[in-house]
Amino acid sequence: MKPDEGKTPAISIKGLNFAYPSVAAGQKMVQILKGIDLEIAQGEFVSIMGPTGAGKTTLCLALNGIIPHSTGGRIGGNVEIFGKNTKEYKTKDLAKHVGIVFQDPETQLFTMSVEDEVAFALECLSIEKSEMEDRITEAMRYVGIEQLRKRSPMHLSGGQKQRVAIAAILAMDPEIIILDEPTSGLDPIGTREVFRVVDELRSRSDKTIIMVEHESEQIARFSDRVIVLEDGILTMEGSPREIFSAVEELKNAGVSIPQVTELAYAVRNSADRPLPIILDEAIPWFSRNP
Amino acid sequence: MVLPESVIETIDLKHVYESGVTALNGVSVSVAKGDTVALIGQNGSGKTTLAKHLIGLLRPTAGEVRIGGENIADKSVAQISRQVGFVFQNPDHQIFCSSVLDELSFGLKTQGLDKKMRKERIDDILHRFKLEAYTDYPPAVLGFGLRRKVSLASICAMRPDVLILDEPTVGLDRRSSVELMDTVMQLNSEGHTILIVTHDMRVVAEYTKSSLILKGGELLASGPTSDLLMRFELLSETQIAPPQVVELTSAMNLRREDDGLPMTNEEFIRAYQSRKAS
Repeated sequence: MKPDEGKTPAISIKGLNFAYPSVAAGQKMVQILKGIDLEIAQGEFVSIMGPTGAGKTTLCLALNGIIPHSTGGRIGGNVEIFGKNTKEYKTKDLAKHVGIVFQDPETQLFTMSVEDEVAFALECLSIEKSEMEDRITEAMRYVGIEQLRKRSPMHLSGGQKQRVAIAAILAMDPEIIILDEPTSGLDPIGTREVFRVVDELRSRSDKTIIMVEHESEQIARFSDRVIVLEDGILTMEGSPREIFSAVEELKNAGVSIPQVTELAYAVRNSADRPLPIILDEAIPWFSRNP
Repeated sequence: MVLPESVIETIDLKHVYESGVTALNGVSVSVAKGDTVALIGQNGSGKTTLAKHLIGLLRPTAGEVRIGGENIADKSVAQISRQVGFVFQNPDHQIFCSSVLDELSFGLKTQGLDKKMRKERIDDILHRFKLEAYTDYPPAVLGFGLRRKVSLASICAMRPDVLILDEPTVGLDRRSSVELMDTVMQLNSEGHTILIVTHDMRVVAEYTKSSLILKGGELLASGPTSDLLMRFELLSETQIAPPQVVELTSAMNLRREDDGLPMTNEEFIRAYQSRKAS
């Protein structure tokens, strides 16, 4: 899905630069994001890939105003959320539009029960008690953790903790949800749970999803669009099929590729033959490879 | 048949946490010297608890842990660390010195090595991990991939017989993962036994010879990785999905020359080409 003509994009980034004084470089300013241009339509699911240190997390933080509101540093260019510059939003108002789920749910969970965890942000937003109750129940149902309501987040599995963190963000009902490596450290089933929740979110609502991930095999299944960041520059952008077909470029970038795509690339006889990017396509592909 | 010497052994190991949760319920495993072993299972299956027992951070509620044939019940963590090195999943749980050089020296000092020996070891490890350019850097300012390398390097510098790595590839991009695992395999070829706690099934398929599968605090299965990865029903019982290459070879009924299942890209390509040729 390409951004719709005419409709205000959920996110519009123009010439975004960000520099931060680096301790490693003796407090010299280090350019972390370099001239990023990106437009994301409402309801789109965009995955951000790239090697460690490419600026992926920094980009996410620029979307909800943590950069530069809370971090300092030098920012250039513009980030607009629903047509309004993030510099003009108060962080609190921006939080109603953009929710972030961090990589490590432990950094986010701190209350004594799952229910309190989901309620916390709503209390901060001064949501009325009765509406709060509805939102909490709805959010927990969405990610499938109703049965954990009274449990302590500390005693849950990694996949469950990550779903609690997602529910806490969902309850705030932001139009845009950012997930920063939400599956790292999760077992394969936990990883699938997270992708299932995200996929359901977009099929049942008009949420815009931005996910930083290395899990190419899941991205290939679920994302509308993939962008690749390298050293602060947006170097590739396209559908999962377009991106993962560029095997050599991705290898050079150090980005993971679905294993079936790597295999097909290695044995295909004609460079014109499209590569499979998910397992279900791969089985017939290999059977028919002349 | 001469049984291979086991470097790690647990006998009916049981661990009950103070909360009353039984994390390990009579686990008996054996790891052969020089092997590369994957410890797999869902979140909460007891992997980390087991790993902590192998370095004496937890002590058995019942049962025994033997390292190099000796029960470690009376040994301190410091004593055990000479034989078994543990690399944490999160490098920040491990790194605490103000420079990479200090970080690498720290363990060697605790081992009582003199200055000359320390320098030799450190030069070797800096070269091996390509960290020469970072000796004076505070580890905290390095990127995640480099911090992971420093934490691994600082353990390797102590040359433990057994190296336990907790989720070594999490959060790393593909290139850094391959680089890190190649370094680990180099250590293995020099005689170190490697135990990897991981969910990354490509790492399991590509780098380990044996696997231990835990489920609900019990050992569900153990044996050669290539055998276990073929048992889809067993894997699904623990919610583990084999890597795509294994599903693909199995669907296409491809076999290696020795009749094993191709588990790496190279093995798949060879089996596929040879079928096409025939």
